[in-house]
Amino acid sequence: MDFFNRFAIPNPTPTIYASMVAIALTVIAVIIGLTYFKKWGYLFREWLTTVDHKRIGIMYLISALLMLFRGGVDAIMMRAQTAVPENTFLNAAEYNEVFTTHGVVMIFFMAMAFIIALMNFVVPLQIGARDVAFPRLNLLSFWLYFVGAMLFNLSFVLGGSPNAGWTSYFPLAGTQFSESVGTNYYMWALQISGLGTLMTGINFIVTILKMRAPGMTLMKMPMFTWSALVTNIIIVFAFPVLTVTLLMGTFDRQFGTNFFTMTNGGDDMLWANLFWVWGHPEVYILILPAFGIYSEVIPTFTQRNLYGYKSMVLSMVIISLLSFMVWVHHFFTMGQGALTNSIFSFTTMLIAIPTGMKIFNWLLTIRKGKIRFTVPMLYSLGFIPLFTIGGVTGVMLAMASADYQYHNTMFLVAHFHNVIIPGVVFAMLAGLTYWWPKMFGFMLNEKIGKWAFWFISIGFCLAFFPMYISGLDGQARRMYTYSAETGFGVWNMISFIGAGMMAIGFIIIVYNIYYSIRYSPRNVGDDPWNARSLEWATHNPVPEYNFAVTPQVNSSEALWDAKKNGHKLFKGELKEIHMPNNSGLPVIMAVLFFVFGFSFVFSIWPGVILSGVGIFSSMAYQSYMKDRGKHISVEEIKETEAKFGGGKK
Amino acid sequence: MKIKWVILTLIIAITTVLTGCEPLKVLNPKGPQAETTADVIWISIMTMAVVVITVIALYIFYVIKASRRPDDYEPPYIKSNPIVESLIVGVPVLIIIFLTVVTVKSLYVVEAPPEIYENQEPLVIYASSSNWKWHFSYPEEDIETVNYLFIPTNRPIKFKLYSYGPISSFWIPQLGGQKYAMVHATTTLHLAADVPGEYMGRNANFTGKGFAEQTFNVKAMPPEEYEKWVEEVKATAEPLTKKKFDELLEPGHLGQLTFTGNHLGFSPPPMSHGEMSSDTEETDSGLSMQPHESKDKSGNESD
Ligand code: HEM
Ligand SMILES: [Cu+2]
Repeated sequence: MDFFNRFAIPNPTPTIYASMVAIALTVIAVIIGLTYFKKWGYLFREWLTTVDHKRIGIMYLISALLMLFRGGVDAIMMRAQTAVPENTFLNAAEYNEVFTTHGVVMIFFMAMAFIIALMNFVVPLQIGARDVAFPRLNLLSFWLYFVGAMLFNLSFVLGGSPNAGWTSYFPLAGTQFSESVGTNYYMWALQISGLGTLMTGINFIVTILKMRAPGMTLMKMPMFTWSALVTNIIIVFAFPVLTVTLLMGTFDRQFGTNFFTMTNGGDDMLWANLFWVWGHPEVYILILPAFGIYSEVIPTFTQRNLYGYKSMVLSMVIISLLSFMVWVHHFFTMGQGALTNSIFSFTTMLIAIPTGMKIFNWLLTIRKGKIRFTVPMLYSLGFIPLFTIGGVTGVMLAMASADYQYHNTMFLVAHFHNVIIPGVVFAMLAGLTYWWPKMFGFMLNEKIGKWAFWFISIGFCLAFFPMYISGLDGQARRMYTYSAETGFGVWNMISFIGAGMMAIGFIIIVYNIYYSIRYSPRNVGDDPWNARSLEWATHNPVPEYNFAVTPQVNSSEALWDAKKNGHKLFKGELKEIHMPNNSGLPVIMAVLFFVFGFSFVFSIWPGVILSGVGIFSSMAYQSYMKDRGKHISVEEIKETEAKFGGGKK
Repeated sequence: MKIKWVILTLIIAITTVLTGCEPLKVLNPKGPQAETTADVIWISIMTMAVVVITVIALYIFYVIKASRRPDDYEPPYIKSNPIVESLIVGVPVLIIIFLTVVTVKSLYVVEAPPEIYENQEPLVIYASSSNWKWHFSYPEEDIETVNYLFIPTNRPIKFKLYSYGPISSFWIPQLGGQKYAMVHATTTLHLAADVPGEYMGRNANFTGKGFAEQTFNVKAMPPEEYEKWVEEVKATAEPLTKKKFDELLEPGHLGQLTFTGNHLGFSPPPMSHGEMSSDTEETDSGLSMQPHESKDKSGNESD
């Protein structure tokens, strides 16, 4: 019986039981559906084992959207609980689980997945490549991410969710104060998906450095590709820190070591330091691709070139370097003294300079342009003023003496949502709408999309601006409730209304997807936005091999050149194309990793050992496997090209 | 220009909310340290307002222009202009330099004992957190309270902060900024109150289930009244024993409690042994290290 006790949840409530039933029913429904429609084979052959970067991108995208809704439900629950003073909708234990999972899910499993989805889909197309450098590794990356996400979500119904915050500070997250397996889930879910991210980082650096189309020098890469390059370099430097930190956390919790404990020479400040050495670069891992997306969308819809290409690149490189030199600003209040804090205040504020450069470059791009108010452009136009506000509040937080008053309050919460939502989330939605026709061959409805934009933007302002005020009035973050005398009630009520509006906005987006799948016209052409970069030079949707003939490039806006200046993109004859084969091994490894993570969470050592052996065997097998890929013959290419409407350009 | 009016009303609206009828705690300081931070915050709000207004004004201007182009307008290809580029770097650099100067100056002010009370000996109070309470030990007076803090006005207070559990953050918004209380090191926070009154104090750093209620009441009173209170406590309160203190450390909530004696003797804070005797030595680093390290140090000294 003891064995099964550990799977029980520490704070069972009707909500949790209801979710258990809902999860079980959904799983059963999906299984029955797939069997009934005989789609198992299709799903397995065409999707789960695909090495095609476009399909992997779409799988990331679907997972990210699912996680967005999981995290969104958490958010609404939090705002509902705090909407009025002394509310009893959630108790403290539940609230702590909810805000912890909200943070983790949104950062790791939603935002990261979303940007990796777009990078996967877009980068190879933008550089005129046929796939990424290591397609099978790419599939493994996806599966590791997916396993991490599923493992994390399982915690809700088996054993209990983590509840020490997404920052998981020790000693609170140690076994003394967090007895349940929740924090084990945190450690292993992030560990496994973090490994996937690290592999993505290596994969994309190699892809971008080695696989660009002829003529595309580094300074002729589209800006989104540049942002992807810089981001992945940050990933490769930052994620190993997370890996080691999580491992140390695991050792403390499960093997009785004393890195972060309260006794035997452990040091509680060490976790905070290590976490933010990874954590601050992480926020730039999220925002740089977002900057890249805006740098694609704004020129397209102002119909002119991006202002200051070189300074855009330079600013990203500077940001990537600075992002490793500011981590202390997350705990100015640890008592390092005035000198240390002065230095880190200064380095933190420095980041505002390259960031400001970018803002002005976008403004100067708009200046002589001619705006088309499409949905992606609306998000970009919403981004500029709102993100500026988020950025300047960042500078305010960077002033350490003032941060002593903002730290750990709703003011901080307002700041980072103010940069992440108009910055990262708007970019994701802009990118989704912008590249949707490339992915699926039809457009999302513009009118419905605009409704969603206004709900999300206004909702955002209502939800987060009041927090600046309640923070200055002394409302600490992460409090599950407060008394009426504090006077925080009004601000939190407005927040709740705003959150509700945002939720409506996201529901409208889902409706838009449904509506557009049913009613959108399918013959939108290859370049429906009149865009400028290479991904729009191939068919819609994109054939497996991306480009029948590898394009020749001589500027950062290759397609625009072709359209306006008569540059010839596709020279030369059709040739046989060499493509990688699909692979089932990453799926098998995913299962093994899941068993490994799950067993580790519950300290079921035989499971850990067996799956560990399995993982290493798979890796060995992979190393000696001879798979030379497949060849697509010229006939087949011609056939495909004809089917997509007209041969090569 | 309509925009100007919109922006003006906005500024006025924001300032009224920020300073309004019920002033926000952080911007309504009752002591010198909080005054310094409030000043810094106002300076930064004003500077940042200028930045935001400039950006938004440019933005509105450009967007309106770019959306009203004639049909035959063909946007030009524009190379970047080095003068413009140096301007958009140069101006922010100046702003950052200004804000850095403000920050560094104010940091040295709030990390030191308040200047206006320089000639007074600070009152030392050991404030320690345990799930989910605050313990205040007054070594001079030899008393201890739980979850409430009485202090004399117009006298510098030197808090020594540490924790018996998760990292906590000691915060009295109207008297000054936060500082962490941790297991492995004692941190120092200098505060003072100018005005008698009751203030909200709390732990601001998440510590688990009882975090929301981990608050304490602060009452600042004239020195004579404070002395009277101390005498009263000494006459009426129970002594604090080790057994009692260990009970108090158990996770949970307690009301306000008062004791004579304090826990510093039998449950010493994490810091050098030398620290207790030569209290004033490390005022500005604010952080004294773990016991074993300091032991090494004292060992060296005796050599
Ligand atoms: C102008 C640039 C920025 C500056 C100067 C800045 C400054 C800061 C500072 C000083 C803090 C710590 C405050 C505290 O804990 O008391 C902070 C927290 C944070 N910032 Fe920023 N920031 C900037 C941009 C961004 C961006 C672009 C993102 C994300 C895309 C971001 C995300 C965050 C997050 C997630 C946190 C806190 C997380 C937590 O404690 O849970 N920031 N920022
Ligand atoms: Cu940071």
